[in-house]
Amino acid sequence: MSRPEDTLSADIHYNDTEARKYTTSSRIQNIQASMTHRALELLDLSSPSLILDVGCGSGLSGEILSSIPPEEGGPHVWIGMDVSASMLDIALQRDVEGDLMLADIGQGVPFRAGTFDAAVSISAIQWLCNAESSEISPAGRLSRFFNGLYASLKRGGRAVCQFYPKNDEQKKMITGAAVKAGFGAGLLEDDPETKNVKVYLVLTAGAGSTSDITGVVKGMDGVDVLDPRRKREAGKGDIKKGSKAWIVKKKEQMERKGKVVKATSKYTGRKRRIAF
Amino acid sequence: MKILSLNFLTCAVKACKSSSASYPLHPKDAELVQDDIELNPQLLVNLMPRIDWSALSTTATELGFPALPAQPPTPEELEADEQKLKDLHNLLMQTQIMEGKLVCGNCGHEYAVREGIANFLLPSHLV
Ligand SMILES: C[S@@+](CC[C@H](N)C(=O)[O-])C[C@H]1O[C@@H](n2cnc3c(N)ncnc32)[C@H](O)[C@@H]1O
Ligand SMILES: [Zn+2]
Repeated sequence: MSRPEDTLSADIHYNDTEARKYTTSSRIQNIQASMTHRALELLDLSSPSLILDVGCGSGLSGEILSSIPPEEGGPHVWIGMDVSASMLDIALQRDVEGDLMLADIGQGVPFRAGTFDAAVSISAIQWLCNAESSEISPAGRLSRFFNGLYASLKRGGRAVCQFYPKNDEQKKMITGAAVKAGFGAGLLEDDPETKNVKVYLVLTAGAGSTSDITGVVKGMDGVDVLDPRRKREAGKGDIKKGSKAWIVKKKEQMERKGKVVKATSKYTGRKRRIAF
Repeated sequence: MKILSLNFLTCAVKACKSSSASYPLHPKDAELVQDDIELNPQLLVNLMPRIDWSALSTTATELGFPALPAQPPTPEELEADEQKLKDLHNLLMQTQIMEGKLVCGNCGHEYAVREGIANFLLPSHLV
């Protein structure tokens, strides 16, 4: 499948037509909602918070933040940054509760130090790797973004960025830029090695964080950090692709590469459905 | 844009990062609306330590509101005095800038606000 990120800049790709198509697709609405819930789970906020929504678009992710009931620590208030006026226009028409800003995150994050309890970004930051229409390199834009994000979070604050890396190199470039800005960083993959894989960059700002990518997600719900050095016996025989055994084996392979994968549970290998 | 957000926004121009005159941004030709937003007491209590009270006082005065008390309310006061909570809610959450500009006191850059959305896109030589 072709990636618009490779050829267009975001403000050009998300024009009025595309912004409307994107926002009214119930498939997209469901996916964005479930990924936002997942990001919130990883943020683990226990009380109403001020959240930055990076690349908020038409507010599909933000409206989830507003909808969290008090029993679950919400509702949160959010400020959204987006570079596409068409997407923000749809957000206005949908009357979202967050504050909206027309801004390019590759230019920085213009808030004073320690503003936000947390940040989320759903399906946006891979756009920073595209520099088609910009005079500044992807590395420069990533560094401005992560430096700004780091400063704008309160100490100990977390950010969770779900993104669609083009390839391993891009994944490394983005994670590396976050670590360089001072974040403790971990990569979490849901449904790894499937075409529905979802990659979450989990970041903590300060408060004793280290750049050890496993340090951050240690102790988080649903994330199992295993010692990558531990030897495992490789699975033998025929394993059907997509089966539980196959996933478990893939997970072991990834763990050995030092990646953080989800704990194997009774749900492993089942098709996930979005709960509504 | 909520007054809450204005209390956290700074000028995005690179040369303004180190200047104290670049915060808070000053509203100019601002058209305000009062929105109806549900009171979230815990949120306000959580936010209070992060609010820059002197900047908020400046903003309130510039927008033509009555002067704020010299000191911010303490968490205990907010818990005990519902009116204080409501006043704060009214100013920070319900008062919104719909049209106008936000002006940096250091470089003079004007950020336009249209339909409540502030435009922080900068020409690349200012980034
Ligand atoms: C796939 S949409 C996701 C929107 C929203 N987070 C959601 O979950 O529906 C990606 C968004 O990222 C925004 N974006 C891309 N590059 C950006 C940049 N440099 N600065 C701000 N927003 C950007 C796009 O304009 C677009 O609205
Ligand atoms: Zn300035």
